[in-house]
Amino acid sequence: MKILRWVWLALTLGLLGYAFHQGMYVAPTEATMGDIQRIFYYHFPSAMLTFLFFFISFVASIVYLASRRNNPQRALSADAAALAGAEMGVIFCTVVLIQGPLWARPVWGIWWTWDARLTTTLLLWLIYTSYLLLRRFAAGPQMQTLAAVLAIFGYLDVPIVYFSTRWWRTQHPAPVIGGDANSGLDPAMWPAVLWNLAAWLAWGIMIAGWRYSIERRRQIAEQHAALHALEASLEVTL
Amino acid sequence: MLKNRPYLLIHLVKDLRLEWRSKDAINSMLFFSLLVVVLFSLAFDPTAAISRQIAGGILCVATLFASVTALNQAWTRELRNQVLDAQRMAPAPPASLFLAKVIANFLFVTVVQIILAPLFAIFYNLHPVGQGWLLALVVPLGTWALVVNGTFFAALSVRARNRELLLPLLLFPIFIPALLGMVEASTSILVGDAEPRLWIQLLAGYDVIFTTVGLLLFGTVLDAE
Repeated sequence: MKILRWVWLALTLGLLGYAFHQGMYVAPTEATMGDIQRIFYYHFPSAMLTFLFFFISFVASIVYLASRRNNPQRALSADAAALAGAEMGVIFCTVVLIQGPLWARPVWGIWWTWDARLTTTLLLWLIYTSYLLLRRFAAGPQMQTLAAVLAIFGYLDVPIVYFSTRWWRTQHPAPVIGGDANSGLDPAMWPAVLWNLAAWLAWGIMIAGWRYSIERRRQIAEQHAALHALEASLEVTL
Repeated sequence: MLKNRPYLLIHLVKDLRLEWRSKDAINSMLFFSLLVVVLFSLAFDPTAAISRQIAGGILCVATLFASVTALNQAWTRELRNQVLDAQRMAPAPPASLFLAKVIANFLFVTVVQIILAPLFAIFYNLHPVGQGWLLALVVPLGTWALVVNGTFFAALSVRARNRELLLPLLLFPIFIPALLGMVEASTSILVGDAEPRLWIQLLAGYDVIFTTVGLLLFGTVLDAE
């Protein structure tokens, strides 16, 4: 199994390198924006992966709540997956929030605007940061239940946030992919988008996988410690 | 025999009686929101036109901050003498405990708002240009959104370290869409230039979703071990 990790690491690095080449050199320069548009090859995958990892966290939280009584082992691994998904999502979300202003400054002339998608992304970041804070502040096994409940609340809030801010105001470019008839990506740009999406997905899975196994080990160590403490107290009483 | 008691009513009467005897929540909220109103008025020194635009936002934020101070107390009160553990063992469904708490807190916040509203109108020279009666729909909807989530997250953070700090940290991000709806709706009523319908629908939808989820998941939070 250990060799698999190295293979995955090598694969990820190779993909990242190739995707970088595709995005920076192979894809044509955009007509109006110029080279600054190339940030899209990172911005779009990061945004998609934000949603993917938050979704993983949401599903894992439901699995945790459903199985915490009858299948504690599965519940614990679901909890670790929820944590890894949320952390990874926050990382990608942070990347999106940093890249956006970098692009907006030369193109819009401003760093930030309270537009629908920008606000939604920022709120998403706030919600999941509060989730990670709860995991720090609440202690013990009850924290996992509470965190799972909060993850469900937070995920349900996302569509409401999106619609409310969309009615509020909109400045972000209309969806390039899956938008209306005039929108759409030059076919020559597609490889760069897809390679970057694949590369960052591989990277995200790798880091989230590490985070997951660290959390699993921490849980197991905690169980051992609790068992030892219990045994020690039994010896004293005997 | 214990199955069909009016648990919701019993919980509600208990919470109202507690508040009637101590008046902790209402007094602290009232004074706190009065302070916020005065502070904002001094800090921005608004003219009549500007104050009409920002008044909705200030009322919402004042209510938000004030109710956080009271909601923290709503569950810590139950921790004394292991009341919360007794509630868990009681045959009453946890949802009724939750709903009664929400209704009680909703009433407290509403009382504060009713007392505050004339003061607010005086300090900010308000007279609504749009359909003023709609405020009687918007404000309760927004308050319900605040109280239902606030009561839920207060229960969620009651056993955590730094619970006083944790409640606003959890509540504010989730509450933001409702805040936006409440502010936009009340501003468009006060200024009278836009149609608040869409925002009222948003608030109503938000209330329905989070009340349902809160009722469903409250048992899980109460029994979290």
